[in-house]
This record gives sequence, structure tokens and C-alpha cells, in this order.
Amino acid sequence: MIEIKDLHKSYKVGKNALHVLKGINFNIEEGELVAIMGSSGSGKSTLLNIIGMLDVADKGSYTLDGVPIKDLDETKAAKYRNKFLGFIFQSFNLINYKTALENVALPLYYQKVPRKERNEKAMKYLKDVGIDDWATHLPSELSGGQKQRVAIARAMAAESKVLLADEPTGALDSTTSYEVMQLIQEINDSGKTILVVTHENDIANMCKRIVLLKDGVIIEDKKINQVWASDHV
Amino acid sequence: MLIFNRDTWQEIFGSIQKNKARTIITVIGVLWGIFIYIVLSGAAKGLDNGFEERFADVAMNSMFAWAQQTSVPYAGFKTGRPIQLKLTDVQVLNTRIPEIQYIAPRIVKGAFGGAAGSVVHGQRTGSYNVYGDYPVLSKIFTQKIYIGGRFINNGDIEEDRKVCVIGERTKKELFKKDEDPIGKYIRIDNVFFRVIGVAKFEEGGGFAQDGDINIPFSTFRKLYNTGDDVGWLAIAAYDDADVIKVEGDVKNILKKIHKISPEDDRALGSFNLGEIFNKINGFAKGLTFLSMVVGIATIVAGVIGIGNILLISVKERTKELGVRRALGATPSEVRGQIILESVFLTMVAGIFGIVLGSFVLKGIDVLTQDSDIPYTNPTVPIPLVLGALFIMVVLGTLIGLIPAQRAVSIKPIDALREE
Repeated sequence: MIEIKDLHKSYKVGKNALHVLKGINFNIEEGELVAIMGSSGSGKSTLLNIIGMLDVADKGSYTLDGVPIKDLDETKAAKYRNKFLGFIFQSFNLINYKTALENVALPLYYQKVPRKERNEKAMKYLKDVGIDDWATHLPSELSGGQKQRVAIARAMAAESKVLLADEPTGALDSTTSYEVMQLIQEINDSGKTILVVTHENDIANMCKRIVLLKDGVIIEDKKINQVWASDHV
Repeated sequence: MLIFNRDTWQEIFGSIQKNKARTIITVIGVLWGIFIYIVLSGAAKGLDNGFEERFADVAMNSMFAWAQQTSVPYAGFKTGRPIQLKLTDVQVLNTRIPEIQYIAPRIVKGAFGGAAGSVVHGQRTGSYNVYGDYPVLSKIFTQKIYIGGRFINNGDIEEDRKVCVIGERTKKELFKKDEDPIGKYIRIDNVFFRVIGVAKFEEGGGFAQDGDINIPFSTFRKLYNTGDDVGWLAIAAYDDADVIKVEGDVKNILKKIHKISPEDDRALGSFNLGEIFNKINGFAKGLTFLSMVVGIATIVAGVIGIGNILLISVKERTKELGVRRALGATPSEVRGQIILESVFLTMVAGIFGIVLGSFVLKGIDVLTQDSDIPYTNPTVPIPLVLGALFIMVVLGTLIGLIPAQRAVSIKPIDALREE
């Protein structure tokens, strides 16, 4: 599903170049649930941003679902993001003047899905994450866990190939975190490829594979026995 | 089409409603601009109409010419020679100046210093200015005659009839309150005249009085033994003629006939209504122009305000725009949305401003209805309103481009990183 070869990325900080990714090589198959771990500054968010086409690598190749991702202009990147990727952010990033339903329907709006169909689909995904009762509520009226569920529903609504989650439980307490992880595991079980960036071991252990980053290189890449989040709840 | 899509509008309303107070205050800026524009240009038009109404009874491009004394010796005549206009001048002017539509020689007893005619009816007496007139006068100055009466006609002239048209005041002073003067006889300087009409007196213009008596010119010259003498000439040029040029031509020809030096500026007097009208029209036009400039400048200021606010709003919404981009909004979609917001706010402001301005104009119209202020039917021509709206759409688009470009220039990753 995702093939990354010799990926380099550096940022200019003042006069110095900060070499963040120093040759990343890894592949992700369809249906995997991968945790990218590492301390802050290890380059894990940068890697996720490049995979999410929010950022561009300096060197190396990146293929997503057989499509080489290169020479993207903003319009093309936006189309690819919409088609291939669903984002889940640490701070939820819901649009605060839109209801839960409208938030979930937003990627479908950009896919030019007709209004009625869009709302039906959005409702279905809200039901899948278990908060269809809150469809007409604004994000400010929802708890953190509920917000993240809305965000997950939104990421799924686009029916993308890959879900990218950047510290999805970073702003949640552990009980809620496990609930969210349980949801992510369920989505993964239904066949969706998911990448989770985290620095928490218990969250990483709920994935099927852990990729450990340190100073811009992968120092460990192992398949693990998944811990079921439902056991913790 | 983006504009007709319900979703587009929902997006726009959503983001506009986010900060209602600020949006409203911003909109008021543009609203004020178009309001000023509408009220000022409507008021200017109202004044214009008011002046026009006041002079409605007078041919706009009319003039008077009269004779005075020469001030330059010429052709063997010494200076200070009094000039007398003659009836024959009228024919000459008529044939030589094609721009003249109507020419009415007039003569008066009284008015300019002489003794007025003494008029008697029954036990009542009075002295009034007596004018010798041709029927054509009514083409230059509309004569409003009360029902049942008429103005002097050609038959009166040809047969030197002793008939007269009297003014409203004359009627009131000489006749009993409920007495119909038509067909009655009054004695003007000891000659009996039959009253054929009562002229309604209209204020404005300032050329006539409410006590004037008009009799046929031919009768006048016999009554007062004035021969071919003409007091002055009232002339109306065709609508498309340049009345100032006609005025010059008339004077030049009269100078030739009466052997006046071409350099003599004082021998002939003239008064050009067209020039006065042009001045008033110029004033009204200037006012319209000024109101347009002021209005458009205010609109521009308001639209800049909208641009400013959108710029702030884009800055505030950086993160939201980043999320939208991450979810698949293309730069052109983001840009389009912000430009539409700008245009929409401008249009709403504009339409409210137009409506409010129209109400105020109507209010002024009602308030000044019975007053002396020359102000009638204040309107703003539709093309000007549409023009203003068009300008606003263009300005709204242009000014919207700035925040839109700003919104697009922020990379989604930077936008998302911003906390």
C-alpha cells in the first residue's frame, strides 16, 4: 500500500539545515495497523506529514497504492489527500462552527458528493463510531473522546485507503484513549490500513507493528502481538 | 456552477456567522458608503427636478432683447442716441436666424417706470400694467387661463379687438367674489375691453405679476398710439439650438438694422434664460458629480474595510483552512470561498444601503412637499444604482483576492501546526 525508499528531509533553521529524516525505507501492506514511535524530534511527525502529502520530501521516492507521489502542486495534493488519506489529529481539528454531522460530511463535500447522499453517509459513519445521537451538536458541546470519534468518522467518511493518526490519544485520558484505540482496532479489522504516530508504549502495543524512529532513521521495525484495547476498557 | 450551489452558500454563511458582531460592523461600512451615494445623488436629482419644475412654464432656451441708448458714436450718429425696436425687426430676425422657433414682440404701459393703465369696472378702479401681446407669447411662456377663458388669438390681432386677459389679482380687485368676469367689460384708459380670460398666476420665473392685463398688440398700438414700436422681444430658440449663439445673432442683426456700432455693448440689452438654466443645470450636475465622487469614495473605503476584516478572519481561521486543505479542499476552492464571502458581504451591504437610502429620500420628499425648497421626486437612475452595485462586486472581488491569496499561500502543514 505504501512504499517508501530512501526518504530524506531537512529543514532550514536559521543558517543551519536540520536533517530530520536521514534515509527512511519501509513498506506498509494493505490492512496493517502500524505504530510509528519515537521521542520528540525523532522525525515521526515529519514522516507522517510526508506520507500525508502535507509536506514534500527532499529526496527519495514515495508510492501510495501504486501511484508515485511526486511533483505535486497544491491542487493535485488536495485531490490525492481527499482520495487516498484520512487524517486524525491530536487536537481533533474539527471546525467549531459546524455540527458533528457537517464536520463528517466535509471531505465528501470536497469530493462533490451530492448533499443528501453526503449526509446519509456521514450519519452512517457517525453511527459506526457510536455517536449518532450527537450528530447535531457543535464540537464545543462534545467531550474529548466524542470529538475524536467525530474526527475518526470524518477520516473514514472520505473512504480513503489509509488513515493517518497523529497522536490520536494525546489529548485524552487513558480510559478514553483505550476506547478510541478500540475503535481504531475495529476499523483496522474491517480491512483499513492505519498509521498511528504515538510516543506511548501502551498505545503502540495495540497496533500490529511498531516502527521505532530515532534521529531520523528507523532503528527497529517489528511485528508484535496485538494487545486488544477492549481488554483494558 | 459554484455560485448556484447551495453548499457553497452554506459554507459562506457558516463562516460569516462565526463572528456576527464583527461582520455586521464591517457591513455597516459599505452600507454607509452606498447609503451616502444614494442619498446624495438622489437629493441632487431632486434639486434638479425641483428647479426644472419651477421653470416648467418657461421655454428653457428663451431670451429677451430690448433697446437702450447707444454708448459709441457710429455712422454719423452721436453717442447717447435712444434706440427703438420696430415690428419690422421681428420679420428680419425670423428670416435671418433659423434657430428661432418663436418670437413674440411685446410692449407695455407701466411696469418699467411709465404710468400704468387705469382700469375701471363698475365702482371699482385700479391701475395695472397693460401689455400688448401676440398669441405666440403663450408658446414661450405657458399661459394658464382659468376654465371658460382663453388667451389672445390671431383673430383678436387681425380685427384689433378690444379684448383683454386679466390677472388673478385684477379679477379679485375689480370683480365681486362670485362674479364671473368672462364676457364682462372693463374700462382701460377710458376704452372698454371685454374680458376673455383670467390668467392663473404661478410663482417662479419672476417675469409676470398677478395683476397684469394682456390685450392684443394691434389694439395696444392703436390705443396708445405707439405705431410700430416694440417694447422688447421675447424669443424662444429650438430645443437643440445654442441659445447663447442665438442671443449674439439677434443682437448683431438688431445692431445692423438700427445702425449701432458693432462694438457698442450697451445699446441693446438682453437676458438669456438659457444661460441661467445652464448655470442651474451645471450646479445640479456638479452636485450629482460630487455626490458620485463622495459616494464612490465612501464605498471604496467600506470595501477596503471588508478586505481588512477578511484578512483578519483568514488569519484567525488559518487552522480551519489547513484542516479543509488536509481534507481535500483545493487552493482554488479556498480562494473562491473567500472571494465569494467578500462579494456577498459587499452585496448585502449594498442592497441594504440602497433600500435605506431610498427610504431617506422618500422621507425628505415628504417633508419638503409643501415648502419652498425646490426639491421634487428625488430619484437615482437605475443605471447608476446598477453601476454602483457592479462597482461593488468588482471591488469586493478585487479586495477579496488579497485575503484569498493569503489563505492559499499558507501551507496546510503550517496551518495545522499553528496552535
